[in-house]
Formats: sequence, structure tokens, C-alpha cells
Amino acid sequence: MAHETKEQVDAVTGVTTTGHSWDGISELNNPLPRWWLWSFYLTILWSIGYWVVYPAWPLATSYTRGLFNWQSREAIVADLDDLKAQRASMTAQLARSSLDAIKQTPELFAFARAQGKAAFGDNCAPCHGAGGGGAKSYPNLNDDDWLWGGSLAQIEQTIRYGARSTSDKGHQGSMPAFGRDGMLKRSELSNVADYVRSLSGLATEKGADLAAGAKIFADNCAACHGDKGQGSQDLGAPNLSDKIWLFGSDKATIMEGLWNGRGGVMPAWEGRLDDTTIKALTLYVHSLGGDQRR
Amino acid sequence: MADAPLAPNLATPSPDEDEGPLYIARKAIYPQAVKGHFRTIKWIVLAVTLGIYYFLPFIRWDRGPNAPGQAILVDFTNNRFYFFFIEIWPQEVYYLTGLLILASLALFLMNAVAGRLWCGYLCPQTVWTDLFYSIERLIEGEKRDRIRREKEGRKLEIFSLRLLKHAIWLLIAWWTGGAWVLYFADAPTLVKELATFQAPMIAYIWIGILTFTTYTFAGFMREQVCTYMCPWPRIQAALTDEYALNVTYRYDRGEPRGSMKKNQALRDAGLPAGDCVDCNQCVAVCPTGVDIRQGLQLDCIQCGLCIDACDNVMAKIGRPTRLIAYDTEMNVRARMEGRPEVRRIVRPRTLLYLGLIALVGAVMAGALGLRERLDLSVLHDRNPMFVRLSDGSIRNAYTIRVGNKHLDDRRFALTVTGVDVAKLDIVGGEIDAQGRAILVVKPDQTLEARVLVSASADGLASSTNLLFTLTDLAGGETAHASDHFKAP
Ligand code: SF4
Ligand code: SF4
Repeated sequence: MAHETKEQVDAVTGVTTTGHSWDGISELNNPLPRWWLWSFYLTILWSIGYWVVYPAWPLATSYTRGLFNWQSREAIVADLDDLKAQRASMTAQLARSSLDAIKQTPELFAFARAQGKAAFGDNCAPCHGAGGGGAKSYPNLNDDDWLWGGSLAQIEQTIRYGARSTSDKGHQGSMPAFGRDGMLKRSELSNVADYVRSLSGLATEKGADLAAGAKIFADNCAACHGDKGQGSQDLGAPNLSDKIWLFGSDKATIMEGLWNGRGGVMPAWEGRLDDTTIKALTLYVHSLGGDQRR
Repeated sequence: MADAPLAPNLATPSPDEDEGPLYIARKAIYPQAVKGHFRTIKWIVLAVTLGIYYFLPFIRWDRGPNAPGQAILVDFTNNRFYFFFIEIWPQEVYYLTGLLILASLALFLMNAVAGRLWCGYLCPQTVWTDLFYSIERLIEGEKRDRIRREKEGRKLEIFSLRLLKHAIWLLIAWWTGGAWVLYFADAPTLVKELATFQAPMIAYIWIGILTFTTYTFAGFMREQVCTYMCPWPRIQAALTDEYALNVTYRYDRGEPRGSMKKNQALRDAGLPAGDCVDCNQCVAVCPTGVDIRQGLQLDCIQCGLCIDACDNVMAKIGRPTRLIAYDTEMNVRARMEGRPEVRRIVRPRTLLYLGLIALVGAVMAGALGLRERLDLSVLHDRNPMFVRLSDGSIRNAYTIRVGNKHLDDRRFALTVTGVDVAKLDIVGGEIDAQGRAILVVKPDQTLEARVLVSASADGLASSTNLLFTLTDLAGGETAHASDHFKAP
């Protein structure tokens, strides 16, 4: 890159050059139009106008607020209010209609699912996962196995009041600590664990006394879990004869539950979420596919 | 160009002159009226382009009860663009890209054939400036009339004429802004709303903005827009070649210029004399204040008006017309050196542009003709990827989205193949007796639904290809989408 500073006159245009030349291309020294200069001054004036009417300069503990008193937070609040106003009629319908009625009205149902999805992400996802996939000890809401029931009304009840929650309307009762509290001996527990595995067709340990296990099960477990281990949604006792295990199906995990007891907690959302949000959540969770329609 | 010894010499400032002013004021230009071929062409183009711009929104196009009846409409509220028989959804804006590519190729082709044809005749800046100039002349007369009025101190007359001119300019500018917003809403309704001050604020704001830009750009900025603001002259200069026709002063014929008397004397004496009588008519009519006789210049928008002016002069003095004409520098030199002229409109460059235009045009027409009136997209659930049901079978869930681009209700049946489907379920639709998922989609709408597919866990691979088929129960049109069925 050649860079010279010798001023010349360009032969073609007859205009003087600035003397700067790059690879033989020299810069012509054409004057700027005057209006351009005025536009430039105008932009400076404009910026001063900005300082006056909008927040601009940082001060020691605050900032200049400007004559318009504009705030980004207020702008967002206004946007959100707009959004609420736009949804007002749908929200009102949601508040008015019963869960079943909403489910029968396609637009309302779609609206409720969308609202529910957002609320689920904000409130439920930390435990149940973003899509309700669950985790060990947090139920998967996509499957067809429900501790406290999977009908719309049952789901709403659980969301509203929780389980073992602070609400006295919440689901109560828990799995006793048979081992720790000395109700059953370790060998008895081992037999009943093998028996429980056999209920869903899982392999049992060699030498396990399944008959003894069945006896212990009938005496201690059947009251809640049912005589065939089919569970009870009234008591929140899991179905032990299906393929879904909240904590795990291996013997060690089952033994752990028998020894220490179980009792997961679901918070009560009444009072923390408004009624329409709880409705929307109910419909969303129901739509995840856990519907016991089969 | 640097070795152009035959060209008329340019005024060359002496090298020891100081750097000159940093800023220059705009020189007022009062182009004279002129009659001729190119003026007529410009009038026609002006009438046609402005006619299209101002009246197009009022053209109706019947699309039935579920869609607007305006031929051209950009519907931001519903995210649709209507162009006569074409309706474009947001995800199809690539047609707009295609249109822009076509437009720039057309610009390149024009440039390869005859330089700044766009600038001279078609550019909105040119068209509106031309219109504003004619109104100025209509009201205030030619330059000489103004000067006379100034001299005679007819202050009130000057003032009222000026007021009238600005009023008419503003009216046109306002109508220009008004026509713009009509492309974004039902035109007759919006006109009514505007007149009764019930139109949305944004409409008034846009009218205001376009009134302002039209008024300042066509009334005051004029050639300054072309000389200083517009990128096209720079791009154009880099894209052009020596075969492109340009408005050219044929100095082979015109020089040495001189008054009629002087040149006649030269001719009589058997000395070389040019046809240019140095009457300055070409400069007087030029809307950008250019003297075309100094050669091709950036400021010249190639409107051809100087050709008309010169032709009129030549006709009057009985010399052949087209001393200024669409020609090339190359040919001027060829004539001077006795070489044959070269005219090559058909050459690789123009053929290439034409080919590209044909190609892009064909691709767009094809895409438009073959495009689906039905969209199906499928999205697999991420959390959980699959779920085990209490009987041990595996279920996958998908969010499907069906876009119905017809203007009436459509019923579709969705089926899934790829795995041995034990049960198909849908949230947001129903299952019919044959186990198909039935969806009803409203006209010109999309529908989102959740599809649940379960299969026995026996022998399932961790991922199996799945094909979703959507069939219009009435018309039979189908759409497909593929995804996977995941298992442990
Ligand atoms: S220079 Fe630019 S603004 Fe001027 S006529 Fe050409 S394209 Fe239009
Ligand atoms: S020089 Fe001629 S062609 Fe160029 S802008 Fe002026 S009148 Fe138009």
C-alpha cells in the first residue's frame, strides 16, 4: 500500500486530491454539501433534545429522568397490560367455564393449554421437568399411572391443595418406615420386597420365601396398596403391579422404601396461583397424555 | 479515461491553488421546459407509474368471504400478504427475496443496455422531482419570468405564487403519504376513517412521514439526493462497461464549438467547424445542472432532456439532430479515428443477466405453482423423549402443526406408519372408528395439536423412523412429515 501525501490535481475530473493515495487510487478533495453540515448540527441538537426529555445522564445515586418521565419498566408493564386486555375475553371465559366445558371447546382448550404450559414452566418444571417428564421421586406426568388420580377433577385437587403440604385439604398419609420403626424385621422385609417385584413379573432372588412375603404383604401392605398390589388413588398408594416405578424397581430401592418409609411432598398452589391459572395448569397437565382413557 | 486527449479540455485548477472550501451551498437550478421525444416518454412513464402508485390499492379482487377483497394488501394484523391471486404466509417471504433478486437483475440489465435508464425515467426520486419541477414552472414560469418579477419588485405576486406552489406541493406530498398507507388496510374503509379522523394513529404518522420526505426530497433536495445520498450511481459506475449506451455529447461532431456566425465563417474558409453553436440549451433544460458536453458525469441522471433541447436547436439551424444522443464514448472515438462503430446490445453480459432473470423467474414461478396449500410440521417432545405406560408399552408424544391455506374449513385424517402402532391418540382433535386422528382446521389458519403414539415395547429399536400422513378428507390432498419413535 503506497501512501503518499503529495497534493495533486486529478487529471480526469480536474479536482484537487487530498494527497492520500492507496494503490494508485487517490482521494478527491470534493467539498461537502452545506446541507450535510446542517444535518450534522441538527443531529447534535436532536441528541440534546433527547437528554432533556429522556433518561440520559448517570448521577451519583440516580440519573436524570427527563421530562417525559419514561421508564423501561413502565413500558413493559404497559405491554403486559395490553396483552392482558387482548386476552381478557378468553381469560374471562376460562374463569367462567368448567374444566369439562373448556375441554369441549377447541379454541378455549388450546388457549388453556398454552397458558398452562407457561405456568407449568414457571412453577412446576423445577421438580417435574420442563415437559412433565418427572424424575426419581417426582412423578412423570406423561404416563398413565397416577398416585392421586388422573381425571381433571383429581388433577385440579392435587394442584390446588398438594400432597403432605401445608394445606389441611391436601392429600395426607405416607408409607410407614417398617424397618426403622421396628415393625418388621429385615428378613421379613426382604421377602416382601421379592414378593412385590413378583407382582409385576420381575425376577425374584434365589431362596426368597414368596409365600411368607405374600403373607406379610396381606397383613401390612394390602390395606393401602390393595390385595393384588393394584394401589389406591384415594390413599396415594402406588400401583405395585404395573411397569411404572416412582423410585425404582430394583430390590435395594424397594428395601430402602420399606425400611425408611416414603412420603414425597407436593406444595399446595391455592393462594399462590389464581384460579384461572390452576384451571389452565390442570388442563395442560391432563393433556400431557396421562388421561386414563384407555 | 485519463488518456482522453480528444475530449474537450476540462477547467483545470492550478496545482498551487489552496485546498478550497470545505462546504459548498447547493446551486439553485431552474430547468427550462422542453419538448421532444424523451420528454414525451418521460410524461408517459410519469403518468403510468404515479397512476399505478396512487390507484392500485383501490383495485378489488374477490377471494370469497374469508379473505380481504383488495388486490394488493399487506395485512400485518393477520400476517398475510395478498397479491392478486397469490397469498403469502410469513414463512414464505422468500418469494419477496426472489422478487428483490429479479428487481436488481432487471436493474443490472437496464444498466448494461443503456446506463442509468432507471435514474432517468423510473426512479421515484426522478418522477416526483420532475412532477414538482413542472408544477413550479406552471405557477412561477420560467427562470426569466422569475428574474423579471424580482427586478420589477412585484413582491406580493411573488409571495402569493410561492404560497400556491408550496400548497400544491404539500397536497401532492400528502396524497403520496396517503396512498402509501392504503396498501396496508382495506383502502375504501381507511379513506373513510382518515376523512372522519377515526383511522389508527400509526396511519397518520406514516402519512406525516411520507408527506415530509416527498415534500423535502422532490421540492428541495432534488438532484442532491442523486449526487450525494443515493448509492446507485456508485454501484452503477462500477457495474457498467464500454458498450452501455449513455447520453453522450458527440464531440466528434460538435467540436470546435462556436457561434453560428463564427462557425459558418470557419466552414466557408474550409476550416474544421463543429455543430455545437454553444447556445447552452442543453444546460438550461438539465434538471441536475450538468453540462453534458464535459463528458459522462456522476451528477447526470441521463434523463435525455438535453437530447430534446439540442435536437430542437439543430432542427432550427438546419443541421442533423442527435448531436447529443444515446451513444458510447468508444464510438465517438472510433468515428474520429475512422474506425467502424461497435454496437453490441447482445453480448455475454446482457445474455448473462437475461439468463439469470429467466432462471430466477422460472424458479419462482415453479415454486409458486407447485407450492402446497397444506402444511404439516411435526415436533417430537424433548422431555420426556418417551414414556413407559403402566402396561409396559412405550409412548411418544409429538406436537403437530397443520396450516390450511385454503379459504374454507378443512377436515383432515392423520395416520402414522413406521412402528406397529398400538394406539393413536390426539389432544385437540378426535379419533374416528378406524383409529385415525381427525382434525378440523379453520380457513387460512394453523392448528396445533398433540399426538400420542404408543407401541408395544417388544423388539423396539431405540429409534425408529416414523411417517405422519395427513389427508384432506374432502379433496384428498396429502402432506407428509417424518420423525422418530424413541424407545429405551
Ligand atoms: S441517483 Fe439514485 S435517487 Fe437519483 S435517480 Fe438514480 S437511483 Fe434515483
Ligand atoms: S445532462 Fe442531459 S441527460 Fe444528464 S441529467 Fe442533464 S439533461 Fe439529463
